[in-house]
Amino acid sequence: MVTMNSRQILLSGLFLWIFAVVGTGFVALTEANTRDLIAENERRVLLRNLNALLPEEKFNNDIATDTRQLPASPLLGTESASTVYRARMNDEPVAAIFSSIAPNGYSGKIHLLIGVYGDGSLAGVRAVKHSETPGLGDAIEVRKSDWILDFNDKSLTNPSPEKWAVKRDGGEFDQFTGATITPRAVVQAVKNSLLYYQQNADKLFD
Amino acid sequence: MSTQSEITENGLWTNNVALVQLLGLCPLLAVTSTVVNGVGLGIATMATLVLSNTLVSLIRGFVRSEVRLPVFVLIIASVVTIIELVMKAFFYDLFLVLGIFIPLIVTNCAIIGRAEGFASRNSVGASALDGLMMGFGFLLVLGILGGIREVIGFGTLFANANLMFGDAASALTVVFNPDYGGFLLAILPPGAFFGLAILIVIKNLIDERKPATNAVSEAIPGSA
Repeated sequence: MVTMNSRQILLSGLFLWIFAVVGTGFVALTEANTRDLIAENERRVLLRNLNALLPEEKFNNDIATDTRQLPASPLLGTESASTVYRARMNDEPVAAIFSSIAPNGYSGKIHLLIGVYGDGSLAGVRAVKHSETPGLGDAIEVRKSDWILDFNDKSLTNPSPEKWAVKRDGGEFDQFTGATITPRAVVQAVKNSLLYYQQNADKLFD
Repeated sequence: MSTQSEITENGLWTNNVALVQLLGLCPLLAVTSTVVNGVGLGIATMATLVLSNTLVSLIRGFVRSEVRLPVFVLIIASVVTIIELVMKAFFYDLFLVLGIFIPLIVTNCAIIGRAEGFASRNSVGASALDGLMMGFGFLLVLGILGGIREVIGFGTLFANANLMFGDAASALTVVFNPDYGGFLLAILPPGAFFGLAILIVIKNLIDERKPATNAVSEAIPGSA
């Protein structure tokens, strides 16, 4: 064991410090050079998700930047601020797209994008992030099954509020073979988001 | 000093990261549900190993021994962060699939293991080759395990190849039977353990049949 005097300790510290500076410098340099590309990629994926809910011909504003932060709300399932994307045609409101969360999935939170037209009917729903069981609960993904497309055009009056449940609970929506918890959570989250829209519609497009 | 062929054989077979050292199992087991995911993480890990081995070897002459491990960790963390940024810039869709496993490459013990056990004592060229071969050996196991699980679990091969190689690669995808319902066990974590165990058994069987010419490997103790 080498006995360290303060000079050695200082030298080692300096050595470590130099490496920290050089390493951070390289990371910063890379970050500066890739920042625009990464922002562009994130925007492209976001637009792809939004356009899947709302056909491009229905709006003509820049939907990715016409956003608003909504405070945490139990109806949206959010525990912190979430983003609502606003679609307009010639400045007239067309639809709002919520980032909602179904908190009670089989394996934790299910992140959803939910598009609601001005009349309170659904433009569509997509699961954007979840950890549901592959092969069972992941049928909420549109590339695995078309179950989630059943929400298109539904609203709080179609079906009536008490029918907003999976069939096993006496509602109108299919469950999956072997998986009831996942669709139950999604149906409830979509219904809650519609309720949120109903209560806040007048303030969303300010 | 090891010769080039020794380094190569060591990395690919005798001292394979995944099959012999059993390092980096967390990402290995988690992402190998398809070939493309496995190979994607394999390439990122291989690039990290080559770069970190090279850099560690470059500074081996003047790094102070009492701070060498923090310095190695700094180098590895910087390299991985840079790879993550580059991936986000050029392979964003693949990044979305591999997600948190890219930053987690930092915690792959194989990388600090090679830095400390090989690169800090060998020339730059030998260290770079060692990183390449260790990484490639890891990549091969990730790819093969991904292939086994994808065929059994999903009934496809090379699905989502377009995420890595562009849209033209969609044609690579092989669907064996469109009505195949999938076999859940292979996709879930237990399938990864079974698959890896089978690969290790096969490797050991092959080794047993070979005449025992190549003696003890320089196994590095460590934990994943």
